[in-house]
Amino acid sequence: MLKKVPVREQDPKTRAANFHEVCLGYNKEEAMKEASRCLDCKNAKCIKGCPVAIDIPGFVRQVKEGNFHEAAKVIAESSALPAVCGRVCPQESQCEGQCIRRIKGESVSIGKLERFVADWFRENGVVPDKPEHTNGKKVAVIGSGPAGLTCAGDLAKKGYEVTIFEALHEPGGVLIYGIPEFRLPKENVVKPEIENVKKLGVKIETNVIIGKSVTIDQLLEEDGFDAVFIGSGAGLPMFMGIPGENANGVFSANEYLTRSNLMKAFRDDYDTPIAAGKKVAVVGGGNVAMDAARTALRLGADVHIVYRRSEAELPARAEEVHHAKEEGIIFDLLTNPTEILTDGNGWVKGMRCIRMELGEPDSSGRRRPVPVKGSEFVIDADTVIMSLGTSPNPLISGTTKGLEVNRKKCIVAEEVNGKTSKRGVYAGGDAVTGAATVILAMEAGRAGARGIDEYLTKTGTP
Amino acid sequence: MYKIVKARQLAEKIYLMDVEAPRVAKACEPGEFVIVKMDEAGERIPLTICDYDRGTGIVTIVFQIAGASTQKMAALRTGDSFRDFAGPLGRPSEFVHEDLEALKKKRMLFVAGGVGAAPVYPQVKWLRTHGIDADVVAGAKTKDMLILEEEMKAVAGNLYITTDDGSYVQKGMVTDVVKDLVENQGRHYDICVAIGPMIMMKFVCLLTKKLNIPTIVSMNPIMVDGTGMCGACRLTVGEEVKFACVDGPEFDGHKVNFDEAMKRQQMYRTEEGRAVLKLNEGDTHHGGCGHCH
Repeated sequence: MLKKVPVREQDPKTRAANFHEVCLGYNKEEAMKEASRCLDCKNAKCIKGCPVAIDIPGFVRQVKEGNFHEAAKVIAESSALPAVCGRVCPQESQCEGQCIRRIKGESVSIGKLERFVADWFRENGVVPDKPEHTNGKKVAVIGSGPAGLTCAGDLAKKGYEVTIFEALHEPGGVLIYGIPEFRLPKENVVKPEIENVKKLGVKIETNVIIGKSVTIDQLLEEDGFDAVFIGSGAGLPMFMGIPGENANGVFSANEYLTRSNLMKAFRDDYDTPIAAGKKVAVVGGGNVAMDAARTALRLGADVHIVYRRSEAELPARAEEVHHAKEEGIIFDLLTNPTEILTDGNGWVKGMRCIRMELGEPDSSGRRRPVPVKGSEFVIDADTVIMSLGTSPNPLISGTTKGLEVNRKKCIVAEEVNGKTSKRGVYAGGDAVTGAATVILAMEAGRAGARGIDEYLTKTGTP
Repeated sequence: MYKIVKARQLAEKIYLMDVEAPRVAKACEPGEFVIVKMDEAGERIPLTICDYDRGTGIVTIVFQIAGASTQKMAALRTGDSFRDFAGPLGRPSEFVHEDLEALKKKRMLFVAGGVGAAPVYPQVKWLRTHGIDADVVAGAKTKDMLILEEEMKAVAGNLYITTDDGSYVQKGMVTDVVKDLVENQGRHYDICVAIGPMIMMKFVCLLTKKLNIPTIVSMNPIMVDGTGMCGACRLTVGEEVKFACVDGPEFDGHKVNFDEAMKRQQMYRTEEGRAVLKLNEGDTHHGGCGHCH
């Protein structure tokens, strides 16, 4: 009882050469057994650890009894995308991090239970109902990632006529272009979630770049929308600004992952190329870095992760780091690139790095890495993937009158209801917070839906 | 789906298509581009807009076969459709938002190389519509490769045609014509817009720098999303790294690092070459491409 019921996974050697999902999830028996480890605390700390405050003991209790449909209902009260969040949430720093069982042993495997319930619910063909009547009010949602999908779904359930505008050719946002297949299957998990939102009556129009194809002001003034939610996501990839960074073979993680995930470059039957690389260095320590590294590995490369702090500071989920190591990815910690070396034709041939040590804590509270003098060395590499985060895309803020942005160029919105400085315009997710997680974006989408509902109910327009 | 209402071949390997894309047609301006994807498995291909009709919702694109994807695209016929047609993307040409009276005082020279005539055309047309006649130098390898001659003649002030092999009008590079106009014929230009292969834009810029004519170029690097998300299209302009998709595609040609841009354009040449190989050899393709087992 001290340890979690182990979850079945693909063998590391096998999975390092395929794109199938790594974690196979619990079956009924395993889920019920794991659920029985829950102490059903009166003052359940796990709920406080959950950004959307799912009644965790409530749904786990139902799983223990084998009432999976009831369990799904409990989760649905708080979460719109449980099959996704069960797979990609950093549970160890949220719900599971608060679990009382951790005092002596391992926490309850809440994430895996959530995933089990969501998968069971989907596989057993339970579909959401479309409301019988719409209330005649039109809402435009910009972006079809976790924030947009959640906001659209919530508003549709309340009777609003919702249209999602997506810039890319496929809806799903980061769930489609960013997170790889082996962590979040597209056909079996993401697409059904999107279909469910459509079944609620939500329209999705792809290939529309808000700020270019049409502006928010036009949506409100010409196209008859009563309110707008902006969930346009992260933005432009950052680079280090070191010499050689524009060499051939240097990619942003966004580009590398978009080629593989959205454009399916890893498959022979798709046309988009990807320079797989034989020796790949990924710079950064977040989930996106892990995803890029593990994608490169599956495309046949030897992969190093280069991160300037130590293992304790790696921002990635513990499970991703663990999986990456199991699969054979080498971690060069306390290491920072200083220059990318090129051959005569402009291709990457190596990366000069310097060793780091941890000094005093910086503004983020983490100990600041400082270079160790004279410790420079060269990592052999033909491909470098920069995974350093993103800066906001100015397409929307630059074309919307009266929309306030902060010093970092993120849209300013109230956390509780997504309200921006512009009347009728709400926002949430990475466009507001900068790069964060799926669950936080989902929560922001939900808050935005609340805000829009209050606004349109109160104003009584049209 | 975005229907092709007219498809025709303009020259060897160069195709024109009129596509129903009302949102793009309504919003686009000269200098901007679209991203097209022909089918589920296709690549996202950036193409500069050649013409548009806000009334009918038609956008005209012109492309040259450069790899497997454009080769497949060339097979599309009138009545077929693109799966995706996204845009407009990028920033419009600077003059679109300039004060019209100030603009009317400027002498503008456009230099179009090969398929570059396609993005030059809507700019010159826009100027004509606004009462400004711009001169155009249009160059092609040979007579048969010259495109949009009639269309350009109808909107340009003076049109100077040149062919590399002398098979039509005169023999010489576009740079020879520009040099002759300025140095021998006493023409004065306040601004030059050069669009064509990167190597041509590079040499036009070297010349106009000497002639002291500010020059705008339209860059066509590798892209994936075209909205700023991937950074594949980054270029060095002056001391800065710019993304062609959101900061461009038009830049100050005297500041662009063309050598780096040309190297970056080669990045997938091997991959693209492999894809063509696979396409041409079809079922008989076994080995040699580096991708099959």
